[in-house]
Amino acid sequence: MKLKGTEILLKALEEEKVDIIFGYPGGAVLDIYDQLYKSNFRHILVRHEQGAVHAADGYARATGRVGVCLVTSGPGATNTVTGIATANMDSIPLVVFTGQVPTGLIGNDAFQECDITGITRPCTKHNFLVRNIEELAMTIKEAFHIARSGRPGPVLVDLPKNVMAAQTDYDPANVKIRNHEAVYKPAPKKMANVLEMLERAQKPLIMTGGGVILGRAAEELTRLARRFRIPVTGTLMGLGSFPGSDPLWLGMLGMHGTYYANMAVSNCDLLLAVGVRFDDRVTGTIDTFAPNAKIVHIDIDPSSINKNVTVDLPIIGDTKAALSDLLRFLDEHHYEPDSAGRQAWLSEIAQWREKAPLTYCRNGEIIKPQFVIQTLHRLTGGDALITTEVGQNQMWTAQFFGFDRPNSFITSGGLGTMGFGLPAAIGVKCAFPDRQVVDIAGDGSIQMNIQELATAAQYNIAVKVVLLNNGYLGMVRQWQELFYEKRYSFTDMTYAPDFVKLAEAFGVAGLRATKPDEVEDLLRQGLAMDRPVLMDFRVSREECVYPMVHPGESISQMALGTREMIN
Amino acid sequence: MEKKDHIISILVYNKPDVLARIAGTLGGKGYNIDSLCVNTTTQKDISKIVMTTSGSQATVTRIENQLQRLVDVISVDDLTNVESIHREMVLVRLNRTAHNTQAVKDAVDANKWKVILSGDAFVIIEITGDKTQIDFALARLEPLGVADITRTGLVALKLED
Repeated sequence: MKLKGTEILLKALEEEKVDIIFGYPGGAVLDIYDQLYKSNFRHILVRHEQGAVHAADGYARATGRVGVCLVTSGPGATNTVTGIATANMDSIPLVVFTGQVPTGLIGNDAFQECDITGITRPCTKHNFLVRNIEELAMTIKEAFHIARSGRPGPVLVDLPKNVMAAQTDYDPANVKIRNHEAVYKPAPKKMANVLEMLERAQKPLIMTGGGVILGRAAEELTRLARRFRIPVTGTLMGLGSFPGSDPLWLGMLGMHGTYYANMAVSNCDLLLAVGVRFDDRVTGTIDTFAPNAKIVHIDIDPSSINKNVTVDLPIIGDTKAALSDLLRFLDEHHYEPDSAGRQAWLSEIAQWREKAPLTYCRNGEIIKPQFVIQTLHRLTGGDALITTEVGQNQMWTAQFFGFDRPNSFITSGGLGTMGFGLPAAIGVKCAFPDRQVVDIAGDGSIQMNIQELATAAQYNIAVKVVLLNNGYLGMVRQWQELFYEKRYSFTDMTYAPDFVKLAEAFGVAGLRATKPDEVEDLLRQGLAMDRPVLMDFRVSREECVYPMVHPGESISQMALGTREMIN
Repeated sequence: MEKKDHIISILVYNKPDVLARIAGTLGGKGYNIDSLCVNTTTQKDISKIVMTTSGSQATVTRIENQLQRLVDVISVDDLTNVESIHREMVLVRLNRTAHNTQAVKDAVDANKWKVILSGDAFVIIEITGDKTQIDFALARLEPLGVADITRTGLVALKLED
């Protein structure tokens, strides 16, 4: 039977078990939207195309499935670029469908034409321009396969208007594509090397990253650490891949990591790095990173190996398969850590923890942002799905919300995209309507995609925005305070809307707290509401994120903050 | 680390923008392409790209890994340290004058180059060889009045798989 391109698209999405599309209509996708109108597809109308991509991204990070968006050509397509680059840096599987002018007009500078495959080539895992109707079904299937296979990533599919109006035969059973799955070859010799390294090591440390969450390997990683009593630190993207409440957990490493995690990295003699890419925010100066350690690096992407840090033993493969193999190998060879040695190492770490625990100066008069996050953690039992914006709000969340489960901390790690948190929370809440979903935001970031409050209100997507409002671009201000002699160049955001009134104008509940003793009640009230809520917390204006590794320093050289914080 | 020239042979699916992807990946990450040759193989949907680049072994390994990530790249092979044949070709147009006709003929005969077109005012010579031979030829012809040249990138073929 002959079907139109628009019909094939929706049928192909059904084949991929897509249950939600985040999108925004326009001229080049009118036919597709007409087809959507006749279908039962769940479509969320965002208020800006960047919001559509972040929402699909949040959905993907929380569920582990491919997020899908649909936008029009030209500006609709270019508005997706920041969202796509965000997903690309964090290896998040997305398929972004963009409308395109008819093939006959491509290259003519037609109305709302742009070369979106050219623009997004460096920030997608792959992209396609569908040149004729015969390629359509295969391209869609391949796009989904590429997005989720191997090291995942965003894939863009550009759909010219005339191709979508054309007709061809469609039978999903006949759609054949190339396989892009990464092949994992078990390497018993390498496992033997790891065993040997573990047996020699006095001070082993596990460093877990986003690849453990993407590879669904949190369980295996947790078992490895607990079974052999190896302490664990994690990157921003790895938070939740090992329980934050476990005594073996040292918190995040790197620029705003804990003192004890960074000291453990700097003093360990074996570093098992799993699903990480040794970003500069994590390593500090490269030549002083883990200077005494042999490094084992497990990653699915060969291009991550020896990219930033030279490692002693690379193991290329899916984190779940590799960790399962390692666990089995260690068990078969009856590996047992030397318990006295291990105890000595854990005691050494405990001393660092005691010297500089993660803390902040409490204050009875002014709300401390860290206090809001800790209270939120307590009230939700740590069970909420948390998104963040970027900056201080993100770092305090990473530090103070002890994530126990994978896929529960949704943040833009690699690209550091302000404006990510609110639309991402909308995507997460669409996937988990019964879970508490909270965007921990700053007053700068929230204004970058605040229009999405309208989306939340329209569909009653009950996300909760916890706004840590300090009237500054806080993280940039912090750097200006520390490194630019307090010249606060264009970081004062005091001129801002009344966020409570703004929320109400959007049809979202708006609440405000200005005193520490109001924080808990306000959070309880906001969390209990069955509708989207924005909670405006007026927090201390010039709070800094500590501890901190200054740029260009070794991660063993941490600024711990004020004297009161240390004691 | 020691920098040296590397010859990288890449098999790719013959898609419209595959060359843009490869050039973009290398350019975007700050690597140089020194020369490039592209054409189809005996299978019309597969093309072979031979490129030369320079850098330390670690840099070249990074380049290979980045290329390998591209969906349309089938395989990446560093031919630098394996037995392989290397050839370039150059077309040279010389202005013909009363003074250089004999000298050009002597140079062509002595080196077994090929005159592929000869007119009243010019002569076009085709020369193939490895990089050293081409460099030698250009140096040899330069004093005779080279008007224009087109030099291909390097092509290379492994002696065995």
